[in-house]
Amino acid sequence: MLSRLPASSLKGLRSLAEARPSAARSAAQTASRVRFSSSSASSSAVKSFLDSRATLASATLLTVGSIAWYTHLYGSLPFLGEVHANSPAEEGLHPPHYPWSHGGLLDSFDHSSIRRGYQVYREVCAACHSLDRIAWRNLVGVSHSVDEVKAMAEEVEYEDGPNDQGEMFQRPGKLSDYMPPPYPNEEAARASNQGALPPDLSLIVKARHGGPDYIFALLTGYRDAPAGFEIRDGMNYNPYFPGNAISMARVLFDGLVEYEDGTPATTSQMAKDVVTFLNWAAEPEHDERKKAGLKAVILFSALTAISLYVKRYKWAPIKSRKIIYNPPADKGHH
Amino acid sequence: MGVFNTFYNTIAKRNSIFVPTIFATAFAFSISFDVGVTSFWDRWNQGKQWKDIRHKYVQDSE
Repeated sequence: MLSRLPASSLKGLRSLAEARPSAARSAAQTASRVRFSSSSASSSAVKSFLDSRATLASATLLTVGSIAWYTHLYGSLPFLGEVHANSPAEEGLHPPHYPWSHGGLLDSFDHSSIRRGYQVYREVCAACHSLDRIAWRNLVGVSHSVDEVKAMAEEVEYEDGPNDQGEMFQRPGKLSDYMPPPYPNEEAARASNQGALPPDLSLIVKARHGGPDYIFALLTGYRDAPAGFEIRDGMNYNPYFPGNAISMARVLFDGLVEYEDGTPATTSQMAKDVVTFLNWAAEPEHDERKKAGLKAVILFSALTAISLYVKRYKWAPIKSRKIIYNPPADKGHH
Repeated sequence: MGVFNTFYNTIAKRNSIFVPTIFATAFAFSISFDVGVTSFWDRWNQGKQWKDIRHKYVQDSE
């Protein structure tokens, strides 16, 4: 297709480039007699650059590529109207952005909040939701001391074995055991919840659009369905949930748990704490990651500054040298 | 110029001194950089980390 295009399709551009004031050009010509070797390209270089098929091809590729990339990322082009059969509310209301204590680039988790959030998870969420990927040992040095975690783990019976007789046996939990699931398997979970499966919460903050904002908005967003909204038996209305009908009922009410540090257990306080805890469960490396990022930014910006300085230092004589051509004197005998 | 001459005469002149100096400097820098960043991090996140709330839950026996 490109070969059919005239090679000078970009002539209009070229003439634009040539429309410089002629005074500047003549000055450039006189100056060009004693030019620095690395001064900018002359107008003929600009002309050949604008005329070349490679320029045309790369400009076309850039345009097509950026449009394809944009539509892939955002689904549709801007400034083009669209009509949808469903309303935006049916995809779930977008949650507002909340000022999380770990929101900033250099902010660590609030570990008191993780500790309170674990209490909320244990007393409320753990009745239906598992936390498969978190072991007791993960809590040590994050929200609880090792003795506290050992005591909590020992309250749970785990099946272990086989022993010498080839039989499985029950034993109290150890630090290396994972959090006990509320149901033995998915079918049991569905059977106890009218067919709806309570998702595992280990990675839920990473697994939902909006992350912690969405989960906080969902937990605190229960309200009566608006007039005209049909909601089936056993379902609950929540504007933040896609489809707006969620099987989980509102669980957080003021004063549901009693915090050991005396924090008032309001609905939003419990939601904030449990979301902070779940965010930690999804990103246990969070604090170390941000600290390492700080170090990397400092080191790499210092190294970049050094290499820029060295480049300028090494190139200074090449950039500023002057090449003079002295024609041989005409001796007059040919 | 005196600083550079001193640097050259004492450190860079002999490779047997130059290389160990580089190693020792790298060691010292990595430790001091880590200490510096950690102290900034702890000041920035004061009261939020486990080591700030640990004393509420653990009584050291010593």
